[in-house]
Amino acid sequence: MLADPAHRAFDALRTEIAKIEAGGRVGKGVLPFGVADLDARLPGGGLPLGALHEVAGGGSGAVDGAASALFAAGLAARTVGQVLWCVTRADLFAPALFQAGLAPERVIFLEAGDEKTVLACCEEGLRHGGLGAVVGEVSRLSQTASRRLQLAAETGSTLGIVVRRWRRQADAADFGQPTAANTRWRVSPLPSSPLPTTGVGRARWFIELIRCKAGERAEFELEACDAAGRLALPADVADGPMAAPSWERRAAG
Amino acid sequence: MLAANDAARGLGIYPGAAAARAQAVAAELIIQDADLEGDREGLEKLALWALKTFSPIVAPDPPDGLVIDATGAAHLKGGEAAYLKDLVRRLAEVDVAARAAMSGSWGSAHALARYVANPTIIADSADSGRAMAHLPTRALRLPYETIDGLSKVGFDIVGELEASARAPLVHRFGPEVIRRLDQAYGRSAEPIEPVEAPELVQVRRAFAPEPIGAPETLARYTIKLVEALCAALEDRGLGVRIADLRFYRVDNRIEAVRVATAKPIRDLKRLSRLLCDKIETIDPGFGVEQMVLAAIATEPLVWKPQANDLTTTAAPDVSDLIDTLANRLGRSGRLYRLDPGDSFVPERSVRMVTPSAPASELAWPLNWPRPTRLLAKPEPVTAMALLPDQPPTAFTWRGQRRRVLRADGPERVHGEWWRQPGELWACRDYFQLETDSGERFWVFRRGDGEWAPSGDLSWYMHGLFG
Repeated sequence: MLADPAHRAFDALRTEIAKIEAGGRVGKGVLPFGVADLDARLPGGGLPLGALHEVAGGGSGAVDGAASALFAAGLAARTVGQVLWCVTRADLFAPALFQAGLAPERVIFLEAGDEKTVLACCEEGLRHGGLGAVVGEVSRLSQTASRRLQLAAETGSTLGIVVRRWRRQADAADFGQPTAANTRWRVSPLPSSPLPTTGVGRARWFIELIRCKAGERAEFELEACDAAGRLALPADVADGPMAAPSWERRAAG
Repeated sequence: MLAANDAARGLGIYPGAAAARAQAVAAELIIQDADLEGDREGLEKLALWALKTFSPIVAPDPPDGLVIDATGAAHLKGGEAAYLKDLVRRLAEVDVAARAAMSGSWGSAHALARYVANPTIIADSADSGRAMAHLPTRALRLPYETIDGLSKVGFDIVGELEASARAPLVHRFGPEVIRRLDQAYGRSAEPIEPVEAPELVQVRRAFAPEPIGAPETLARYTIKLVEALCAALEDRGLGVRIADLRFYRVDNRIEAVRVATAKPIRDLKRLSRLLCDKIETIDPGFGVEQMVLAAIATEPLVWKPQANDLTTTAAPDVSDLIDTLANRLGRSGRLYRLDPGDSFVPERSVRMVTPSAPASELAWPLNWPRPTRLLAKPEPVTAMALLPDQPPTAFTWRGQRRRVLRADGPERVHGEWWRQPGELWACRDYFQLETDSGERFWVFRRGDGEWAPSGDLSWYMHGLFG
């Protein structure tokens, strides 16, 4: 495929366009997920730093925002430096963030009275440049607001994450509206990884990459964040969808 | 007689009476010569103290009062009610019995503090008139002779004075009555001449003959003042913790902003940034003729050596961001970190600390499941489970029934009798439940399932897992 001159011309053009789009800014690097399937779908092999990303929960997660917040925590945990987490409702349970790899001394919480202030403070945090990641929990994110955040993020290499969380399930339709975010994700909980005994195994998520700048949409079934904030490919999925858990096979064999 | 204590007032001796008459009423009366000069000095000292603690604009209001412009300063103490309470409490700590009132005008605050039970807060200036109406005419800061004269012609309370025709009043008592009345009702301005502490580091700039008013101009001169202040602080080796910027308007009013920082700073960019952020709250009116920037609280600025071995990069300093955000939020928000608390009860396992607090030595458990979202209050659920320690097979929460496919638990959390005696036997059994749709919940049962005093076996929803 690479030998095809037309393709080579396209690649050259793409590089050229990317250079123009960057507007003279230096590449900020990417934050790889460490999951080959996932990284392969993202241009650059990971989530671009110095850019804005949107995460929402699927189903009832659109209201409670539990899985989406943990997904954001896992991303923030793998950046370097402190994290600013802006909310209007203070119901995050910090021990869960710690279990996703985000140490308590790294997270500064900001509780504001309204979403306008949350967005303004996120922008301030992104512009500062000294933070590893800035997470804002809002329900409405207009094109203008997201553009402001994206521009603020581009000034440094801070990862900007907006966790979309609505008051009512019906409001989640708002997630279809376009924004200036670099990528857009939807995270829904799936039944956990099966265990040989009774009990709840490692949580699993159905992760949809709904929008990706210069990339295509994709869907993944992955295991949730571990203690270092990393996602993982479930063992039974890695071996093919029909493969039985290893302990069952061993028992059968 | 200039002043009388409560015991004397109980005998009917009020300020204004002749000393001989007072002695006739109570023979054991102790009379001391008034030390007017000393009083004024004491008041000045008190004003300086209030300047450093309460507001950028404070002035003594002789013979017995302080006037404080709390505009834009009340939020630092958490609201107007808390502001007054704190003021009275702090004065009580140093044996000063104070009465406080807050109102739209100096005149009415002066009257309310002296004639209404304290503390009083009148937020709306339209209400200040109503609050004034039933006060005696003495409340109007008029000379004794005028009060006497007014009572002779039948005016005893402020409301009557307000309702009567003005021209005859001016004709008979001079313009003073109407002036004081207008000031009390907030109809005419009464500038406050604030005290200034000579030992404070401060810089000023006058704009004569042309006053300034445009926000950009104010910002430009703010930066110039910050430059001057930083130079002055550098000479003394100090950094600023609290800074006041006062704008003297041409109509004799003073607008002020106050900013506070988490640690002493002497950084031109940071300080001007903090002050310029607040300029939009300033109303320059017809123009500002003088600006004063004062460092109200300062601390020695100690330089810490930076990493110097070229291989390590210092962690970026975010304290300037914290200051910016804290000053922007004011009282409408909070900025904090969550640290592990010394408890296993979930609500107590998280402690709110300031963003710059040192890292805690405690840690949360890594191997016990903890939900991403914790409900503010556990919500009752109806559930069916085998005793003593089986998880529910199904439960109903917020009107929706869910079937449990997998579960983990119990994790037993005991009550902490050393915090609350009632918790001596109490315990909770926490379970992680996974429903058939893949949602994961954190529920607990009160009690250990065997022994009645440990709990009533009711089930509660406490958190949601991601």
